[in-house]
Amino acid sequence: MKASNNDFSIHVATVNGSGSQTANTTLMRSIFQMGVPVSGKNLFPSNIAGLPTWFTIRVNESGYVARKRRNDVLVAMNPETSVADISAMGSGSIVVVSEGVPAPKIPEDRTVYKVPFDKLVQPLVPDAKLRKLVVNMVYVGVVSHLLGIDFEEVDRSLTAQLGRKPKALDMNRAAVKVGAEYAAQNLKPAPFRVERRSQTEGKILIEGNQAAALGAMFGGVTFLSWYPITPSSSLAESLQAYLDRYRRDPKTGEATFAVVQAEDEIAAIGMVLGASWTGARAMTTTSGPGLSLMTEFTGFAYYAEVPAVIWDIQRVGPSTGLPTRTSQADLLSVAFLSHGDTKHVILLPATVEDCYTFGMNAFDLAERLQAPVFVLSDLDIGMNVWMSEPFRYPDKPWDRGKVLGQKELAKLSKFERYRDLDGDGIPYRTLPGTDHPLAGYFTRGSGHDERAFYTEDPETYKRVMDRLAAKYETARTLVPPPVIERTKGAEIGILGFGSSHWAIVEARDQLAGEGLSTSYLLLKALPFTKDVKSFLESMKLVYVVEQNRDAQMKALLTMEYPELATKLRSILHYDGLPIDAQSVVDQVKEREREEVLSR
Amino acid sequence: MTTENATPDPSANGNKNRIGLTVADYRGAKSTLCPGCGHDAITGSIIQAAFEAGIEPHRVAKLSGIGCSSKTPAYFLSRSHGFNAVHGRMPSIATGVSVANRSLTLLGVSGDGDTASIGLGQFLHLVRRNVPLLYIVENNGVYGLTKGQFSATADVGSKAKSGRVNELMPIDVCALAIELGCGFVARSFSGDPKQLRPILKAALSHRGTAVVDVISPCVTFNNHEGSTKSYLNVKEHDAPLHDIFFIPRYENIEVDYAPGETREVTLHDGSRITLKKLGEDYDPGDALRALSTIHHGRQEDKFVTGLLYVDPEKEPFEQDLKLVETPLASLPLEQVRPPVEVLEEVMASLMTGKS
Repeated sequence: MKASNNDFSIHVATVNGSGSQTANTTLMRSIFQMGVPVSGKNLFPSNIAGLPTWFTIRVNESGYVARKRRNDVLVAMNPETSVADISAMGSGSIVVVSEGVPAPKIPEDRTVYKVPFDKLVQPLVPDAKLRKLVVNMVYVGVVSHLLGIDFEEVDRSLTAQLGRKPKALDMNRAAVKVGAEYAAQNLKPAPFRVERRSQTEGKILIEGNQAAALGAMFGGVTFLSWYPITPSSSLAESLQAYLDRYRRDPKTGEATFAVVQAEDEIAAIGMVLGASWTGARAMTTTSGPGLSLMTEFTGFAYYAEVPAVIWDIQRVGPSTGLPTRTSQADLLSVAFLSHGDTKHVILLPATVEDCYTFGMNAFDLAERLQAPVFVLSDLDIGMNVWMSEPFRYPDKPWDRGKVLGQKELAKLSKFERYRDLDGDGIPYRTLPGTDHPLAGYFTRGSGHDERAFYTEDPETYKRVMDRLAAKYETARTLVPPPVIERTKGAEIGILGFGSSHWAIVEARDQLAGEGLSTSYLLLKALPFTKDVKSFLESMKLVYVVEQNRDAQMKALLTMEYPELATKLRSILHYDGLPIDAQSVVDQVKEREREEVLSR
Repeated sequence: MTTENATPDPSANGNKNRIGLTVADYRGAKSTLCPGCGHDAITGSIIQAAFEAGIEPHRVAKLSGIGCSSKTPAYFLSRSHGFNAVHGRMPSIATGVSVANRSLTLLGVSGDGDTASIGLGQFLHLVRRNVPLLYIVENNGVYGLTKGQFSATADVGSKAKSGRVNELMPIDVCALAIELGCGFVARSFSGDPKQLRPILKAALSHRGTAVVDVISPCVTFNNHEGSTKSYLNVKEHDAPLHDIFFIPRYENIEVDYAPGETREVTLHDGSRITLKKLGEDYDPGDALRALSTIHHGRQEDKFVTGLLYVDPEKEPFEQDLKLVETPLASLPLEQVRPPVEVLEEVMASLMTGKS
């Protein structure tokens, strides 16, 4: 059997609510501390306790952190799913299974390690309820031994998590030890090993929602309203926690922010519009169903030109869909969210670093453009654990956009709220409370002229709509440009965005290894910047990779560049699981074969 | 000025209030509502109340939803910022505005459809949070802009212009507000400015949500025989609890009444409301009494008007949020971007996994 070092996936199957998180984090962090890149993905049901849940740790010294289609190491702790979990394991894999858990007969090229988890943990923890939690730490010991994970790192990681609770720490340490000892005495060596490297030095592990929250805090958020919805709640809750810790006066407890849990998503976006109209830096976080409820107000914000930052952590629709699975299927509806002619600015984070950066920049853009700005993250980026360089402190002040205060108004003979004075489609605004007789104006979602007066005059309506279109053209010059990687001589392009990025990176290397070199455009925003067009023009064919059924990005590209549409091919993935490199490779190869045949 | 020109009022005599403004400074654009609309009378009372109270127009944010009533903020206080939101959602806008700048005075105008039908949820949550705001319901029981359909405040047995009779229980916004602990609940009639003005002034001095439900007949779609909210019917069935006088905090007036004839309520800012007894002695500090009074009034086909309930000490929403004194909207970058050391601390914890 060929030993595989620093390149495998560990899949842990447990029951939701069984407290496996500390155990899985310990495993993941121990490997990370040994200098080997990791990623951690939760696959969880829409349930609090009782249903099956899985955690997958990808270990890869080349830094590939997308989901791997096949897992190599399985820890089967859940009797409800063990038969299916074990049957899914491929040739050369290993299975650690709890004694007494149903296990099917599998081919001999898989190694099965039976471990009497319950017997091992019993003497350590007299309390049966507690035992259910601590038993997870026994598999940490077993797996660490099998994979050669340094026990010093296991202890360090455990201490980091439980250092404040000495009793719990001792109990968990003992569980790790008992597992490790059992493995050492009874189990034969495994074909997978972790070997020390230095690729993770100075790096952080973080979830995208947490990164977004940090970005928002350093971007100077002053108002957040939200309604609980998976998978966006952890963004709001992380932000609340960071703000409570770092934006309250330690003596008086006074806050430089407000967080309001709204009664629904309509109220959440309404509060955001009220707050940002008044001058606060305001945001909300939501997911598909919440976005549907926000529809009317986002059209209002577009037309009445009120800034707003809206994070959509995408999950699987339509309707309630698969609330705890990932997708990129809100794209098309967000691009034009609301009735009438509306089109929105969208940021597309691909990495946790993007989440942090966009957490700040989305405010600058929204206030500069006086428009709603959507950030389309997804469950895979938002709720899974990613490795990253540490985030950098902002080197620029904020951009509050075109706001006239008392001093500026004093120099003017008139103020017209919706007059385009600079030719960029962006007018000037004033904030309520500005002490000047010219400051006041009337914001409305009904037809209005440059002075914000009500009108149904056809020419005026058209003029305002044309200016909003001109503003959208200005947005094109302000949004983050795509990241383009050109390979010399490559005629095939890949265009992707968001969480598909990591699978694409890996797929491109695989394709290159098989003789197909590609150039790559990682899209970061809508509207498309001019680089998108020139990339499409320069390629013979472009594969558009996206995690939805209807090829939504391809549709947007086709609308924008109909003359280039014949170059576009779709690579789709929409089963709710994060996209993996193999899916991209297989589909590209399939399409390439078709291309050759059709020639 | 950026707003529509106000029509000069022949009655304006150049009198100035305590901050040196005239009534004209509190006016807005010409109304586009039907001549004789109750809402225009309320607009007049708002202008007069704001003038008399000496409110600084630039400190006011006017808010509304959708409907005839929600158009009216364009017709008063043209120097103030206004926000005409989407249907039934003014409360959420108001909440955001109030939290973003706690130094503003919020004046919201809504209708019965906007509040009790499409906007009931947001209205209740606004009251529940006690967002500081004067929330006026211009209540005529019908949808005017869509030509006469019933709203959720239409009384049982009231006949629409089309001849249809409403059989459903009306939603009483005052009763709901009291139930949710609103600290200022009053009902009035657009045709009774003598009662409405002091109520509006007192409501503007209240530091939490003040709900003022004003019966405001629709001359076009709900002023016929058989309608309970016609001018004639409201006038005949108006049952005021008391005469209301408002003494602002900056005026030191003593009103002289015979003992037992009046009740006085001191608001949080030191201003006072004097209630002169008309019939029975009514205690506006008793929520259960208020609810039973509303209930009995409805049974007797009476519109009970006056200050139904008041609790001047109820804590407003921003107290709950423990906000800094400076409005969130005007905080400088230094106060809202933590220093680099904070980022370093967070990054260090993400390297080690230390919580």
